[in-house]
Amino acid sequence: MSKWGMVIDLDRCTGCQACVAACMVENNVPFSTPEIEKRQRSISWMSVLTVTEGTYPDIRQRFIPRPCMHCENPPCVKVCPVGATYKNDEGLVAQIYTRCIGCRYCTNNCPYTLKYFNYFPPHWPKPMRKRLNPDVSVRQVGVVEKCTFCHHRLQKAKEKAGLEKRQLREEDYVPACVQTCPPRAIYFGDLDNPKSPVALLAKSSRAFRLLEELGTEPQVFYLTEGEWHG
Amino acid sequence: MGDAGQEHKKYEEDLLRPLLKTGRKFYLAVAILLAVFAFGLWAWIYQVRNGLGVTGLNRPVYWGFYITNFVFFIGISHAGTLISAILRLAHAEWRRAITRSAEVITVLVLFFGVFNIINDLGRPDRLFFIIKHAKFGSPLLWDVVSISLYMACSSIYLFIPLIPDIAFLRDKFKGTLRGFIFRFLSLGWTGSGKQWRRLEKAISAMAVLVIPIAVSVHTVVSYVFAMTIQPMWHSTIFGPYFVTGAIFSGIAALIIAMVIIRRSCHLESYLKPVHFNNLGLLLLVMSLLWFYFTFTENLTAFYGAEPSHLAVFYAKLTGPYAPFFWSMVFCCFIVPVGILSNRRTRTIRGTLVASLAVIMGMWLERFTIVLPTLINPRLPYHRGIYSPTWVEIAITAGSLAMFILLYVLFVKIFPIVSLWEIKQGREAGVEETAARVRGYLPGTSAT
Repeated sequence: MSKWGMVIDLDRCTGCQACVAACMVENNVPFSTPEIEKRQRSISWMSVLTVTEGTYPDIRQRFIPRPCMHCENPPCVKVCPVGATYKNDEGLVAQIYTRCIGCRYCTNNCPYTLKYFNYFPPHWPKPMRKRLNPDVSVRQVGVVEKCTFCHHRLQKAKEKAGLEKRQLREEDYVPACVQTCPPRAIYFGDLDNPKSPVALLAKSSRAFRLLEELGTEPQVFYLTEGEWHG
Repeated sequence: MGDAGQEHKKYEEDLLRPLLKTGRKFYLAVAILLAVFAFGLWAWIYQVRNGLGVTGLNRPVYWGFYITNFVFFIGISHAGTLISAILRLAHAEWRRAITRSAEVITVLVLFFGVFNIINDLGRPDRLFFIIKHAKFGSPLLWDVVSISLYMACSSIYLFIPLIPDIAFLRDKFKGTLRGFIFRFLSLGWTGSGKQWRRLEKAISAMAVLVIPIAVSVHTVVSYVFAMTIQPMWHSTIFGPYFVTGAIFSGIAALIIAMVIIRRSCHLESYLKPVHFNNLGLLLLVMSLLWFYFTFTENLTAFYGAEPSHLAVFYAKLTGPYAPFFWSMVFCCFIVPVGILSNRRTRTIRGTLVASLAVIMGMWLERFTIVLPTLINPRLPYHRGIYSPTWVEIAITAGSLAMFILLYVLFVKIFPIVSLWEIKQGREAGVEETAARVRGYLPGTSAT
């Protein structure tokens, strides 16, 4: 089976947030408002962190887009009391919204704080409601959700390949953020396929992962020149 | 013999008084507690209808008041059964007047611990998924197993020593509705020698069984935090630290309950200064132990100086949670040690003041364990804040009020000081203890 992974080149990222917008539209993530943001309850499966290093005039800003890390050894999966979050055989950390009891144990054990809780029922402005993506279920109040690497796109790609009576090709499956990224800073593919660009880039000397010392083995790699100060 | 008979009559009169006479103060207390409970119930319905959005929780502070209450209430439950079991097994004669009031705390407060964790679920309607899709790899499931076992065992452990008293009440209230219910509850108790022997055996067996279960309960409650990889939760000291804190707050709750019972039921000659003195000494020991654990816990984090741990450490000692942390140290260590280490202040009033401080301090302890870690996630970019809403405060007050109300009702329905055990203390306890002490002397044949 495949092990889907992502490589994000931070030296190419311009911080334009197109990936964030694409993700929200693709995955039916409700819009945040200033009020929600003030109460720190915004949901954004892909979020770009802005890190400022140094002080003026010797200052530098970095942008770090963060989807779910889809860890090989996910701390969130271990603690779920009902198996609502699990590692599937495509290497994705999946979430069953209809089973989640909303205890938020997984959100607390994610060292990256990349799982989100629905404090209120999702809400969209009226014209938007008819534009929801029919491939992605809308999450109810009281459950946890997170980036799925656009898992529904994998399903679709598999169905399409099946109809065309051929094997699934790696390029058939591309998450929305990867497809959108204007500077093409995000790569996506099968980490188990040694010839795939992501597998090659993950071995680059520029590659690192977030909080590597915890042993969670994220399947999201970052590329950057020089020293990382995470 | 006539003397003993008169003595027994007096015991019955004293201990059944709350069951027979109801003063205006009782109704006033019930009314106040019901009002607070109703307010909490209203807040709870409001939360069930609107979701957890009505609380002050956010990202990354996903746990707040309710989890604090959960740990706190489960902690209180450790007074009763555990203390009663240890004192029974140790044949401590002074236990006779206090075991039941302690055991009732355990059984009743457990429900509110459990309620608070159900209340914290985003989808309480899916509660049964915990059984249907149970995944035993999760520490939360360990809690479910351990706490339900504890609930069952401590209820049995409360009920078995109640049987002879229930049978006594059955005979006393013959012909009334109360008598009918007591007949049902007395399980056909006649007081034959065989029944007494079985009762004693069952009580000792349950006392032995209940101790490891009680220890396991707060250990796995701590594991909910300790099994995560979050800074200052992921700690090997948490198991014993939580058990110590639980017994500590439990004794405090017991002392407070005893002071109230003593005054409101006029049991001054049953709950004597010596009981408060002994429990006060126990509270003092627990306070010192608690300090030892707290000190070790924080020194380790400080000395290791890992940035993610230090962020949590400073959030507690100098940061936004400093007022809570230092109040906790004041309430859990300075006040009780100050009062209880001096024989002159280790009076009923002194132990009461110390216990009230400990109860508040231990709630703050739970709060300063849950929150500072959550506001400081490992990745150093996202910082949290948390302040509870009126809903969380109302539900907390409501569950506390309902717990006290149920306790008050128990005191109205059953004798809160075990009648037969007091009688037995006079009949057999004195002789037994004297014989035991004689057995310690050199040159006697007793083993």
